[in-house]
Amino acid sequence: MADKVEFELVSPEKLLKSQPVDMVVVPGSEGDFGVLAGHSPMISTVRPGVIDVYEGDRIVDRVFVAGGFAEVTEARCTVLAEEAVALTDLDRATVEKQIKDLSEDLDDSKSDAERAAAEAKLAVARAKLDALTQASAH
Amino acid sequence: MPNLKDLKNRIASVQSTRKITSAMKMVAASKLRRAQEQAEASGPYAERMGRMLSSLAANVQDSGNGPKLMTGTGADKVHLLVVISSDRGLCGAFNGSIVREAKRQITRLQGEGKTVKLLTVGRKARDQLRREYASLIVESYEDVGRRRLGFSDADMVATKVLAMFDAGEFDVCSVVFNKFKSAISQIVTVQQLIPFAVPGEAAAATDEVKPLYEFEPDEEQILAELLPRNLSIQIYRALLESAASEQGARMTAMDNATRNAGDMINKLTITYNRTRQAYITKELIEIISGAEAL
Repeated sequence: MADKVEFELVSPEKLLKSQPVDMVVVPGSEGDFGVLAGHSPMISTVRPGVIDVYEGDRIVDRVFVAGGFAEVTEARCTVLAEEAVALTDLDRATVEKQIKDLSEDLDDSKSDAERAAAEAKLAVARAKLDALTQASAH
Repeated sequence: MPNLKDLKNRIASVQSTRKITSAMKMVAASKLRRAQEQAEASGPYAERMGRMLSSLAANVQDSGNGPKLMTGTGADKVHLLVVISSDRGLCGAFNGSIVREAKRQITRLQGEGKTVKLLTVGRKARDQLRREYASLIVESYEDVGRRRLGFSDADMVATKVLAMFDAGEFDVCSVVFNKFKSAISQIVTVQQLIPFAVPGEAAAATDEVKPLYEFEPDEEQILAELLPRNLSIQIYRALLESAASEQGARMTAMDNATRNAGDMINKLTITYNRTRQAYITKELIEIISGAEAL
């Protein structure tokens, strides 16, 4: 169909999704943006957050991504993600434990590089928790 | 005359060797299939990233100065070689040819008066290069992707390389690995990672109309994030290729070994039977001549 956009979600390990959809909302680093068919071409970085896939007015799929890049052309929206998990597969308790562990790592880190790495991981875990909180609020 | 018992023992030992090599061959074959699938699965990401990079690079080159990862440090003094080998042996010429190529590169670069540093992945490369070039090895990784090669393994190597680059410890980085061609042939490949050669204009030209992209945030920032990612993915690809090659090489080597063991068993069996017959004949002669003497 002409008014659909081809949505692709790719991680380094495999092609996760490739399907025509009505709209996707991508968490860009400078704000979320929705992609419909005929969107002007653009490339953006993606912050850790949730990609919403719309079919009509309904959200049919919510995927958490841990940052990456998005390339949008008129007919296609490609998201290169480093890590992608379906929101339904995330477990609140696990994520909370992760945050706790990572905070400890952060306190233990000695060098700047270690600190930066731990901070980055923590940010991803926090974003996961936020996503879950939002999802349960709906 | 050879001892019958010894012969029997040898045949038994070669037979058990053959069992082992043929089992190893089958294990390698199934691992090869898995490695190949994984290598194929990483294709789409790399391809799309390449596409993004070339459109970005085209824009940035117009504006003048790109990030260092792409343009280089301007110097050409210190080279870092990332040598990817396997952790285990018994895979034919796989590790030998990698190490030989690495040594050739080292000699060439040193001949040109450049400093060489080494980063090895896999136990074999480390062990073999350590003999001659122990002082050049800055870091070595073992047991990379023992269970299953993940992107995080490549990321670990890439992080180290980037940290070194940021600290100005080298100017040019290349990776030496076995590229998988088929189960029986692997090609030793040297690929330059830093400065990164953007996949040529030829690839971009095939796209009928090159869309004009908007960038969010600006090109430089995206590129600054994209290039380290790209480094990881290039290393990941190299690791995957190497893993598939290793299994391919092992499969071929074990196939040959199994066949050779078979040949050996045949030869030994013939000798065994001949010897056995010779013994019988000898004994018969002894009995007959004994009877005649009476």
